Parts: sequence; C-alpha cells; structure tokens
Amino acid sequence: MAEDTAPAAPPPFVGPLEDKDRIFTNVYGFQDWGIDAAMKRGDWDNTKALLDIGQDTIIDRIKASGLRGRGGAGFPTGMKWSFMPKESKDGRPSFLVINADESEPGSCKDREIIRHDPHKLIEGALVAGFAMRARAAYIYIRGEFIYEAKVLFAAVEQAYAKGFLGKNACGSGYDFDVFVHRGAGAYICGEETAQIESLEGKKGQPRLKPPFPAGAGLYGCPTTVNNVESIAVAPTILRRSPEWFASFGRDNNKGTKLFQISGHVNKPCVVEESMGIPFKELIDRHCGGIRGGWDNLLAVIPGGSSVPLVPAAQIMDAPMDFDGLRALGSGLGTAAVIVMDKSTDIVRAISRLSYFYKHESCGQCTPCREGTGWMWRVMERLRSGEADISEIDMLQEVTKQVEGHTICALGDAAAWPIQGLIRHFRPEIERRIIERGAPVMEAAE
Amino acid sequence: MPKVKVDGQEIEVPAGATVLQACEMAGKEIPRFCYHERLSIAGNCRMCLVEVKPGPPKPQASCALPAAEGQEIRTDSLMVKKAREGVMEFLLINHPLDCPICDQGGECDLQDQSVAYGKGASRFDENKRAVTEKYMGPIVKTVMTRCIQCTRCVRFAEEVAGVPEIGAIYRGENMQITTYLEHAAKSELSGNVVDLCPVGALTSKPYAFEARPWELKKTPAIDVMDALGTNIRLDSRGRQVLRAVPRINDDVNEEWASDKTRHNVDGLVRKRLDRPYVRKDGKLVPATWAEAFAAIAAVQHGGSVAAIAGDLLDCETMFAGKALVEKLGGTMLEGRQTGMAYDVSSLSAVVFNTPLAELETADAILLVGTNLRWEAPLVNTRIRKAIKKGAKVFAVGPEVDLTYKVEWLGNDASLLGKLPQAVVEAFGKAARPAMIVGGGVLAVDGAHGDTLALVETLGLVKEGWNGYNLLHFAAARMGALMLGFAMDGGIKAMAAAKPKLLFSLGADEVDYAAFEGSFKVYIGHHGDKGAHAADVILPGASYAEKAGTYVNLEGRVQRGEKAVFAPGDAREDWSILRALSDAMGATLPFDSFDALRAAMFAAVPALGVEGLVDYGWSVPSLPTGASGAFGSPIKDFYLTNAICRASPTMQQCSAELVHGETFAEAAE
Repeated sequence: MAEDTAPAAPPPFVGPLEDKDRIFTNVYGFQDWGIDAAMKRGDWDNTKALLDIGQDTIIDRIKASGLRGRGGAGFPTGMKWSFMPKESKDGRPSFLVINADESEPGSCKDREIIRHDPHKLIEGALVAGFAMRARAAYIYIRGEFIYEAKVLFAAVEQAYAKGFLGKNACGSGYDFDVFVHRGAGAYICGEETAQIESLEGKKGQPRLKPPFPAGAGLYGCPTTVNNVESIAVAPTILRRSPEWFASFGRDNNKGTKLFQISGHVNKPCVVEESMGIPFKELIDRHCGGIRGGWDNLLAVIPGGSSVPLVPAAQIMDAPMDFDGLRALGSGLGTAAVIVMDKSTDIVRAISRLSYFYKHESCGQCTPCREGTGWMWRVMERLRSGEADISEIDMLQEVTKQVEGHTICALGDAAAWPIQGLIRHFRPEIERRIIERGAPVMEAAE
Repeated sequence: MPKVKVDGQEIEVPAGATVLQACEMAGKEIPRFCYHERLSIAGNCRMCLVEVKPGPPKPQASCALPAAEGQEIRTDSLMVKKAREGVMEFLLINHPLDCPICDQGGECDLQDQSVAYGKGASRFDENKRAVTEKYMGPIVKTVMTRCIQCTRCVRFAEEVAGVPEIGAIYRGENMQITTYLEHAAKSELSGNVVDLCPVGALTSKPYAFEARPWELKKTPAIDVMDALGTNIRLDSRGRQVLRAVPRINDDVNEEWASDKTRHNVDGLVRKRLDRPYVRKDGKLVPATWAEAFAAIAAVQHGGSVAAIAGDLLDCETMFAGKALVEKLGGTMLEGRQTGMAYDVSSLSAVVFNTPLAELETADAILLVGTNLRWEAPLVNTRIRKAIKKGAKVFAVGPEVDLTYKVEWLGNDASLLGKLPQAVVEAFGKAARPAMIVGGGVLAVDGAHGDTLALVETLGLVKEGWNGYNLLHFAAARMGALMLGFAMDGGIKAMAAAKPKLLFSLGADEVDYAAFEGSFKVYIGHHGDKGAHAADVILPGASYAEKAGTYVNLEGRVQRGEKAVFAPGDAREDWSILRALSDAMGATLPFDSFDALRAAMFAAVPALGVEGLVDYGWSVPSLPTGASGAFGSPIKDFYLTNAICRASPTMQQCSAELVHGETFAEAAE
C-alpha cells in the first residue's frame, strides 16, 4: 500500500504562533497607527512591486495560500476574486466593497485592525482591488465605530497624501480610489447584498441571489464584498509568500487568524494565532485560563453569536478552525470565542441572542420577520420556565421552519444558537419547566 | 429553451422563464403573495418555495430562480409541503383573524392559500402584533395590522405609478408599510394597490363594508372616464353598481385602472335623472313620458334638427340619434363639445395609431401639449415602460410632473416648426419613434397641421410602425367620428345655423348659451349642465345601464354589457330615441337592440368587428405655422364628466389631491 511506504507527513502546525509570524504587528496599539509608523512596520513597502506581479498572479497566490474568507462563511478568498470579470464588456466598472460592519456579538477583530493597523487594510484594498480589476474600494464601516471611522478617514487621507491611492496609485500606473462609508447601525448591513443596498442609499435589505454581486452588485456593477481581515492579510501573504501562510494550520484551514476571546476567561483578548490551535491551548496561553478553572467551563460559542454553542467536554481539545468546529456541529464564524462558565444562565444567554436577532431582522422575508420574534418570546418563557415541555420540540420545529427558508443567512443565524441550546442543554430547560410547575407550598392559614 | 422536469413531467420553457413560471406551464399551482407578473420580483414572502435539483438541499423561492436546463423541480414533496405550512404559519401568527369584519373576506389570497396550504391550526401562543392605521388618501383604506409585508404596493407605486411615496419603515417584526409622511399617495392609479394587496390591509375606502364578493353580480363592461377604453368589471348588487375593477387586457389597460375609473360608480346613484321633465314658464317640472314626447313633437322644426353627442356615449346611442336627426330631415351632427373643429377627412390623422402595447417598444417619444397623467394615465404607464427599455422622451407644452424624466423643450407651438437639432437627431436614430399629440394641441390653429408635418421630419411612419398618435380623452370620440358626428366648423357652425330642434345626447360640456333659440332636448343620465339648459329632459342610461359598443383612442372596437337597470323611469337611450321617433312620426327602422346593432354594422361595418379598426394612413393637407402656448384642456382630473362630478369620492379626491385641502379624520 502506498500509504505504508510514504514517509509520514509532518503534523500540521497548529500553533503556538511566534511573534515573527504575526501579520498584525500593531493589533494592541502599542505603536502609532499613522502611516509613518505603519511604514516602519513594513506596510506600503514597495507596494508597486506587489502589483507588478500581475493581477492573475496575485489571485493565484492568494488561492495558493489557502486563505478562506474571514467574515464567517469561510469562502476561499482567491476564488472569490477570480469570479470578477477580467475585462469590462459593457463599460461597467468593477468595485471592491470591504465589509467593516462588524456587528456580530462577540466579534471585535476588525475594530482592532482599523484602530491600530488601518494601513494594512488600505494597502490590502489596493492590492485586492487591483487584482480584481476594481476601480474603487468602498469600506463600509459600522456606524457605532466612531473613533475607528475617524482613524480610517485619516488613514485614507494619509495614503492619498503619499500618493499610494488615487491616480497612479503607488506609481503602478493603476488608478484606484478608496471611499469610507459609515453605516447607520444595522446588523443586517453586514450581509453582503444588504451592504450593497445600504451603500446605494437604500434600506439595508438583502437582495435575492442570483444575480450574485460578482455579476451585478454595487450600482449594478460587478462587485466583490470581502471582510476586513481577509483584505488586510493579503499584502503580507504576497510579501511573505503563500507557502509561508499555508504553513500554518491544517489542510483546507490554512493561515493565521485573529481570535477574539470574551466572556469568562481570566484575560479576554484579541490575539492572532495559527488556525487549528486547540481550544484549551488558545485559552491557557493567551487568556490565562477559564475563570475558576477548567472544571468551571460550561459551554463555548466558538464563532460569534450565530453559531451553535459547544459544551465544555467537546470543545476542550477541538482544533479551532473551520472544519474542526464544523465537526462539532458548530462553526468558526469570525472566531469570536464566547466562553461561558458555570455561573452562566445559559438559557438566558441564548434568549438574549434571540432578542438580538429579533431586533436586527430586516423584516423583508416572512420566516425571519415573524419567526425571530416568536422564537425570542418562547425563549423568554423557557428561561423562566413558564412553558410546557412540548414547547421545546415546538421551538425546535420553528427554528427548522426558519432555517434555510430565508433570503439571507440571518434566519439561519437566529435558528442555530437555539438549536445548539436544545441539542446540548435540553435537561436544563426541562428542569426549569418542571420546577416552576411544581406545586407551591402554601402556608397553612 | 431549457427543458426542466416538474414533478416528473418534462416540459420545455422559454428562455428567461422562472421556476415558478415553469411550474405553472406544467399545470402546477404555486402559492404566492409577493410575486406579481407585472411587478419586479421581491422574493420576500417565501410562499412559493419548491425543491429544485441540482441545488442546495433546501427549498428555493421559485419566483426568483431562473429555470435552467435539466432542473428537477418538485412541488409535491414533503419538504415543499412543510415549507409551505411553515411560511403559512408564520404569516398568520401576526395576522388578525378578523375575516368576519374584513372587506377582503371572500377574495383574500391569505384565506384561500391558508385553506389550501396551511396547517389548520396555529401553535403561536403569544400576543399578536398590532399596527396603527396609516393615511393613504381618499381611495385607500388601511388596516395595517393585517399587512403581511409583501411589498406589492411599494413596488407598484415605484415601478408602475411612478410615485415612490409608499415604502416600508422600521425593521424586523416592527416593519410597517406607509406613505411618505402619511400623506395621500398622490397618484391617479393609487386604487390599484387595493387589488394588488393580497390581504385586507389596503382596501377600498369608498367601498368599505358595502358588500361581500359573493353577493355581487359581475358584468364585463368598458370604462368611459377616458378614451382608453379600460376593460372593467362592474360588480353590482340589486340595482346598484358597487364597484368597478379592471379586467386584464394586455392590449389596453393591462391589469390597471385609474382611480376615476374605479370610483366614479358612486356617482351613478347621485344626481340622477329618473323621470322626464318639461320646461314650463321657465321652470323644469316633472312630466310623464307622453307629455315630454308631446312637447317635443309640437316643435315646428322644419328639418332644422341637430344633435350633439356627449363624451360618454356608446356607438349605438349615437347611431340611433343620427338616424333620428336624418329621418327628421336634419344633417347637423357634432360630438366635439368644446368647439374644436379639426379636420376629420382622414381618421388616421386623428387617431392613436400606435397600438398601446407596442408603444412600450418605442425608443424616442415626443409629447406635444399633453398632460398624460390626467389625459390618459394608462398611456403614461406604457411610456414609463418604454423608458425602462431605454426610450428618450421630449416634450413641447406646459411643464407637468409626468413621473419620469422628460426633456422639456418649451411651451410654444412654433417649436413644432423648428425642433432643436438634438431632437431631430434622436428621432433620426430611433427605430420606433412616436409622437403623442394631446387634445389641447387641436385647439391651437395650425398645430394639427404642424404635427402632421413632423411625421415626415421625424420619420414617424415606417414599415410596420406608425408613430403618429393623437390622444383623445372622450370615450365616445372615435366612435362619434366614425359615425359622422363632426361637421365643418364644429359647434360654432352648428350654433350659427340656429337649429330649431337640438338633441343633446348626454352633452354636458357644451356652451348652451349659443343655442338660445333652439328647442333643446336633453337625453342623458345626470342632472348636470346639459339638463339645466334643456327644454325637455328625457332620462337615459349611464354606461353601466346599457350594453354598448365603444371605440377607444387607438380605434379599438370593444363592447360592454349592461350591469344594472337605470333608476326610476329612466330608459336605455336607444329605446328613448326609438319611442320618440314614433311620437314625432318619423319611426326608426329598428325595434330591438339587436336590430339597431345590425343596422349600425351595416352602416359602419368596422364597428361590427371587435378589435383595432384599420383607418389606412393618409395625411390631409392642413394649414401649418401655429404659434402660442398650449393649454391643458383638463382642469381637474377627478371632475371631467357628469358622472364623476356627481361622485362624492371624486369630489373628495379633487378637493384633497388637486386643490390641496386637508381632511381631518375623527380619532378612532
């Protein structure tokens, strides 16, 4: 058998990441975010050379690096770029839209990037925009990010002043503009087509697909929507070679990633780590362990509010990457790790997430508009136990009625946390109902 | 042409068809709320979910999915059934179950589809949502708690009516449909949202709590409010028409009707002439038919007899009137009440030559002296469609908001003789150029000739295409012209001839002061201007109360049926004329409506065939060199004829939408 004779492949590198391999060298803001400091850190370093390798080569190298979209869905970034038309047949320009509408509860990586390393993003915008032959990039930044938007506006201005953007960007002969657009505070505008609608000045409601944005997106022109992190890592990948990037993580889950750990850990943080790092190592190394020790861990939501939670026993040794978490019935999402210890009222926590989705549903399509409110109301009753045990199954069915029936993925995102709760914590829900229903002892009169 | 399989049945569908259309071609019913053939696809109700392979393992919205080669579509699988039940349950959780007091009951998509595709019971135990009512003007009543957010009304307002004033505010389950700042939807087509609304959220305000659909007798008819000949259905109970709704006719009105068409019907029971009157000592006093006839028969006319046809007449009435005048020895017939006297030697020069459906394909359009929104709102929607396909629109005339981008060249008739080079060039490049000449143009001396001269300059007539269009706005006009109700010099010449006996067939726009010496017999249905001036009033039937043939502005012969009986002693017009002819000793040669029609078809064979009349194409030689400004012949869209002047709904529309009065509503 060939397998016996072949030399054993070295196990994939899954961390810990050394400082020399970190892409985001100023993610904690120890240095200035401005362009001079950024250039000292290596940004904007002969960007012309990056562009000179040619558009198709850039896309090929991004493909070779195995970079998967960092916005949650994990679609291969290089492939996404390659969907863009190589030349405009009807005179329509192409656009790059950078999704900085980071509103997922638990996620805070784009905020750190924009605060402290905005030039990584802006340089990435140029490189990515050039590769997909876009005329301009629109950075759609979340409305609540006021300071970050200020930084971004200033950083873009700095880049223009240095001649890195605009006509003949970086001396490459390519004209490229970057516009920053502030959102108005709607979670749904993080969905790519809703974001395009919002950019066009309309109500942020997802569009039907097809047509996909690569065919008809912003103003009806070919458009690619990418997450901030996906774009910001691109220049470094090109500089340090796709092989370097692909040397981290397991197959199909390559690279480094910003993890955002919040909740009941001793030191919540945003940290760049190799993909596939086991959960326990991630927490021990960077967060000082779980509050009250590992035995106190109840459950983890590993990828931002919209993925199902994973109970403590299963998550402990799980590799933190797309496929590893999918095997647990959850997902990496944006790698916003929400850790909950045993002091957590888990039903209330999920109920609060349900409220969030009810509040943020755009109201366009029926299952999500009507279902999110219904699910939240039932969740609230389950929290207090004012329910019937049969309603747990009913709730499960309602989530199934929402999931997969909507225009965008918000319906799925609203359904999954509840499904995860019922899958793993049904006894807890039943306990509350039974205890509430038990006859109350009354004092004798 | 892709081949798809629907529930195992293989069919070929036209390229560009959606999965929903493919299913319908295969004879499968797909439930839907937001999808509408004439609106853009929203895909938001999720009711039309079907299973499609290849594709993701979840149901897909068939209205938005293009049919592609080799698809296997299932509409009968368990997945589809569950999906439909799920969506139905969601739609109903916040929908009030107030069907017993809802005007949509009996013709409600939500009712019908929940019976067919719903689960039968709801598991929703929480409180339902309530939404405050919104004000949408005098036509549309809102009960927004019933709204299922399908956004058909939003899309209609934006795409068809061109007034993007309806929209959705808030999000999630708090989403509400409303008009901008809760003002009335300022559109002549706002009533269509009532038909579009699949539930009882938007219902007809004048028709509120009037009737249930199953109580109504439904009669196909032709509308007479403008010259378009909108195909309508009159819904009546007993002797009263309760509402008018459009029928589908892609060649004429598609699926729409103007507010005037829909809501003039409450004028049919007000200010009606329900018995004959005779003027005695200067006052009109009630009389019997015999007295009225005797009074007319006593007139010594000596052959000096004339007839003026009103704007709402069917061809049969006009034919009978003409026959009577001729039998009495008269020759003077006129239908152009306001005194216009344009040349009618070639009917092709006074008709809308481009079939309405083809107008959508025009690529350059010149509007001359016309406010299409008021003169023919449903022609305006066709132009909107043409613009969507890339047409460019120029206009000469007073500037009005036509709901689309128009390049206004100025309001001066002399422009017709010297159009800017840009316009001539645009028309030179156009494959299907069209010009629409409004009725106001004919009032300016020489303008008719100027527009005809432009046929050559702009190349309006080509092989298989005639872009010269004259826009009438009287429903009777083309029929009247075909029947010869036009004399040289028009009404002025008639007045100058001082007819001894004048028959006014529902003519309410004539200046009767010019007919001081004539004995005026008014045969009509409303106590309006014509009746006030008459010496004898013979009560006739309105368009709802008689069968009739109508020729619309493009020369399309259409027939309507009789929905109800005329009130009181009123009779159908032709029978009045027939009986009167007897009393005057000039008996007309038809004893039944069928005999009358046969005689009319014999006299004007074109009226015997439903559909477009071929007038040929010949350009009369007319004087040119017009100058001066064009005026608008319609001063108030909602009050253009006797029926709508009698209608409280139309009066309110006029006061509120034209004159800007506000109506305080009692707090509920």
